Amino acid sequence: MKKPTVLQAVFYAALLAALLAFPLVVKGTFPTHVMIMVFLFAMMGVAWNILGGYAAMFSFGQAAFFGIGAYTSTILLMNYNVNPWIGLVAGGVLAALMGAAIGIPCSNLRGHYFAIASIAFAEIVRIHFNNWKFVAAAEGLSLPLLPDSLKNFMFHSSKAPYYYIILVFLLLSVLICWYISTNRMGFYLRAIKESHELAKGMGISFVRYRLYAIMISAFLTAMAGTFYAQYILYIDPESVLILPISVQVVLVAMLGGAGTIIGPVIGAAILLPLSEITRVWLGYKGTGVDMMIYGALIMVISAYQPQGVWGYLTSIRRRAK
Amino acid sequence: MSEQLLAQLINGLLIGCMYSLIAVGLTMIWGVMNIVNFAHADFLMIGMFTSFWLYTLYGVDPLLSIPVCGVLLFLLGWIIYKFVVSKVMTGPALAQVVVTFGVSIFIANAAVFLWSPDFRMIEKPLLQGSWIMGPVRLSIPKAVASIGSIAITLALFLFLRKTKTGKAILAVEMNRSSALLMGINTERVNALSFAIGSSLVGIAGAFLSMYYYIYPQVGGTFGLLSFCIVALGGFGSIEGAFIAGILIGIVQTLGGYYFDPAYKYAIVFALYLVTVWIRPQGLMGW
Repeated sequence: MKKPTVLQAVFYAALLAALLAFPLVVKGTFPTHVMIMVFLFAMMGVAWNILGGYAAMFSFGQAAFFGIGAYTSTILLMNYNVNPWIGLVAGGVLAALMGAAIGIPCSNLRGHYFAIASIAFAEIVRIHFNNWKFVAAAEGLSLPLLPDSLKNFMFHSSKAPYYYIILVFLLLSVLICWYISTNRMGFYLRAIKESHELAKGMGISFVRYRLYAIMISAFLTAMAGTFYAQYILYIDPESVLILPISVQVVLVAMLGGAGTIIGPVIGAAILLPLSEITRVWLGYKGTGVDMMIYGALIMVISAYQPQGVWGYLTSIRRRAK
Repeated sequence: MSEQLLAQLINGLLIGCMYSLIAVGLTMIWGVMNIVNFAHADFLMIGMFTSFWLYTLYGVDPLLSIPVCGVLLFLLGWIIYKFVVSKVMTGPALAQVVVTFGVSIFIANAAVFLWSPDFRMIEKPLLQGSWIMGPVRLSIPKAVASIGSIAITLALFLFLRKTKTGKAILAVEMNRSSALLMGINTERVNALSFAIGSSLVGIAGAFLSMYYYIYPQVGGTFGLLSFCIVALGGFGSIEGAFIAGILIGIVQTLGGYYFDPAYKYAIVFALYLVTVWIRPQGLMGW
C-alpha cells in the first residue's frame, strides 16, 4: 500500500471537513435525510464488498443481516429495556453467528450458486419474521420513544446527530475494509477469488477465510440495521428484510466498483440520491416509473461499465501514465 | 387421512409439473451460457398477461394463446439476449449475475406502469371445473396444464437429442471451446437457447393463466422457486430440473399441509440449502 501523496491527503481532509460541515451549512431535512441514506447504503456496500468484491461471494441476502440487526436491538429495547448501543453489538454478534451458520453449508458454493443460496437464506428469514408472533409478525414494531440523547441513540429535534453517527459508522467500516485489504486476509481472499484450486494448493484455509469475511460483513450490516431502526423508529419485514434491499446493496458496490475500498461509497453517493429523488418525483403515484429507470440503469452499468465508476477512473489514470 | 394425503400428493404433482416447465427453460439457459436469468419468471408474467389480454380484448381462449405466447417470448428472449445479455458474456462474473436483475426489475415495473399492480383473472376459460374421483378433486385446467408441461418438456428433450441444432446446443453446454472448434456458431446457439428457454416459460405462462391470478409481481415467488429447482436438479440438467420441479411441488404442498401454509416456501428453500450442502452440484449435476 503506497502512502498517499500530499495532494491526496489534502483532498481527503477537505472532503472530510466538507462532510462534517454539511448539516451545519445545509438547512432542511430532506438533504440531510438523503445524505444519511447515502452513508447507510455506503456502509452496507462496503460490508458487502468484503464478501463479494474481495472473496467473490456474491451475497444477495444482506437484507437478512440488516433485518437481524434492526430486530435484535429493537426487541431488546422494547421487551428487556436494553440500551440500543448494547443492542447494536448484540445484533451484530447474532448476525455474525447467523452468517457463520449459513456460511458453513455454503462454503463450497461459487458464483450463481452462492447468490441463490443467499437469496434462499434471506427469504427463509423474511418468511419466518413475517409469521413470528414474538416480533409482531407482519404488523411490525414501533420503537418506544425515549428522550433525545446519545446514550438513548434517539434524536427527535434534529437529524444532524444521526448524520454524524452514521458517518462514523461508515468511516469505521471503510477502515476495517482497508485494514483487511492490506493485510494477510485480503490477499488470501483475493487469492481465493482468482482460483479456488490454486489457493487451496497454496495451503490457504479456504473455508476459514470465507467464514471470517461473512462474519465481518454480517456484523457491519447488522450495525446498519440497528441504525436504521433507531432512525426510522418503525420496522417491519417489508422495510428491512426484503430482497430489493439486498439488490440495492450489491448495486451500490458494483456501480462504484466492486473490490475497491472506496468504490461502494462512490456508488452510494450516485445511486441513493438518484433513487430517493426519482421516488419523490415520479414514484408517488406508484406508477413504477422510478423502478423502471432503476432497472434500466442496472442493465446499462452491467453491460457497458461493469468495473464501476472507480474502476473506470483508475483505468483512465493508468492510461494517462 | 391417507385420502387427504393422496389429494395433497396429486396437488403437489400438478403444481410440480408447472414448476418443471418453468425450470427447464431456465436450466437450459444456465447450462449453455452459465448465466442465471433472474428475469425468467418475469417472462412468465409476460406470458400470463399476453394470454389475459388476448382473452379480454379478443376473446381468445388461453388454450389458443399457447402458441402465440411461445412465439412472442421467443422473440423477446432473442432481443434481450442480443441487446443485454450478450454484452456481459465476456465481462466480470458480478456483471453476469446482476444484469438480469436489472431486466427483471425493468420488466416487472413496466408491467406495473402499463397495467397497474392489480390482480386479474381469466373469468371463463374453456377449461374449468373439476373432475371428482372419490375423495380426490382434480382441477381440469391444472391437469391439462400439467400434461401439457410434460409433453413440452418431452418435446424439448427430443429436440435436443434428435435434431442437429439440438445437438449443437448440448455440445456447447458440455464444452464451449470444443464446440467452437467443431465449427458450431456458439453465439447463435446462445441466442437460440435463450430464446427457446424464454419461449418455454411463455408457454408455461399461458398454461398458468388458465387458473392462476395474473399480476405484475407474480414472477417473485415463481422466480425464486425456479432458481432453487434448477440448482437442486443440477447445473444445466434438463432431467434434473424436471424431477426437482415435481419434487419441490410435492414438498411444498405436503409441507404446507402438515406444517404451516405460511412456511411452505421456507421449507422448500431450507430443503434447497440442505441439498447444496450435501451435494453442491445438485441431484443430477456432474
